[in-house]
Amino acid sequence: MGRMRLEKTTAARRPVDPSSTSHGLWCRLEIPSDPKRVEEVEETILSQCQRYSFTDRDLFALKLAIDEAFANAVKHGNRCDCDKHVRIKYRVTPRRADVVVEDDGPGFNPASLPDPTSDQHIECTHGRGILLMRAFMNNVVFSPSGNSVTLTKFNDSIRNKTEHSIAFG
Amino acid sequence: MLQDAARLKITRDGEIVLVEFTHRKILDEANIAEIGDQLVALVENEHRPKVIISFAGVDHLSSAALGTLITVNNKVRNHDGQLRLCNIHPQIFEVFVITKLNKLFRIYPTIKEAKESFEPQSKQSAI
Repeated sequence: MGRMRLEKTTAARRPVDPSSTSHGLWCRLEIPSDPKRVEEVEETILSQCQRYSFTDRDLFALKLAIDEAFANAVKHGNRCDCDKHVRIKYRVTPRRADVVVEDDGPGFNPASLPDPTSDQHIECTHGRGILLMRAFMNNVVFSPSGNSVTLTKFNDSIRNKTEHSIAFG
Repeated sequence: MLQDAARLKITRDGEIVLVEFTHRKILDEANIAEIGDQLVALVENEHRPKVIISFAGVDHLSSAALGTLITVNNKVRNHDGQLRLCNIHPQIFEVFVITKLNKLFRIYPTIKEAKESFEPQSKQSAI
């Protein structure tokens, strides 16, 4: 098993409980390019989201999007080369989770990918990961080179409360 | 029971083969290739297979798993068979809707309804 390094950067403005969450802190993980390692990354990030009462749908969406981003990094970015690494940077606050997934590959142009829902490509056995990331996240941004993607999911339990207070005072 | 592999439970009811997943995370990336191989081997051994894949208890589905389902669907069609999916959790069904694969696959709420949907062999056409 390769190593998993965890570092915290950027001081939080006002941490609520620094011992139990990474509130406002960017955390970094660097893990070997092995698809089996995605689960530990997800557990680390989703456990923090659960502490902030992200909804079940939020957690499902984040797991799915991280899965897809990690799979793309390992398969397409690092070409399944176990000597290469995937770098994960994440930050979880009561309102949102941001996850950056970066690989060692040369990158790609996401705009060049065909629409997997078109009649021509509906039976292709691959090419739906980015579609799913975009559908389930509030924001998906690729770096200019394309070897890094930033996923953002807002906490719908907070949003629901806010909308409820606007509606009912 | 024909086979009780680690990740799949495969049973036969007359001419219908029912496939169920034994782990809720069985569709994680690392296991998908193995599942695909088992399903393709199953179809290869059937003449005009009638296959139901039940997703009861499965709470996660990746795009790689969708690719495997498409491969299995093509194998079933190549053998003049019929494939049905059922018991799909609403969150996972959303994945099928987003990718528009709910138009490609025949999806039913329950195993019973999936069984009732099979066409007789004489009228049977692809999917």
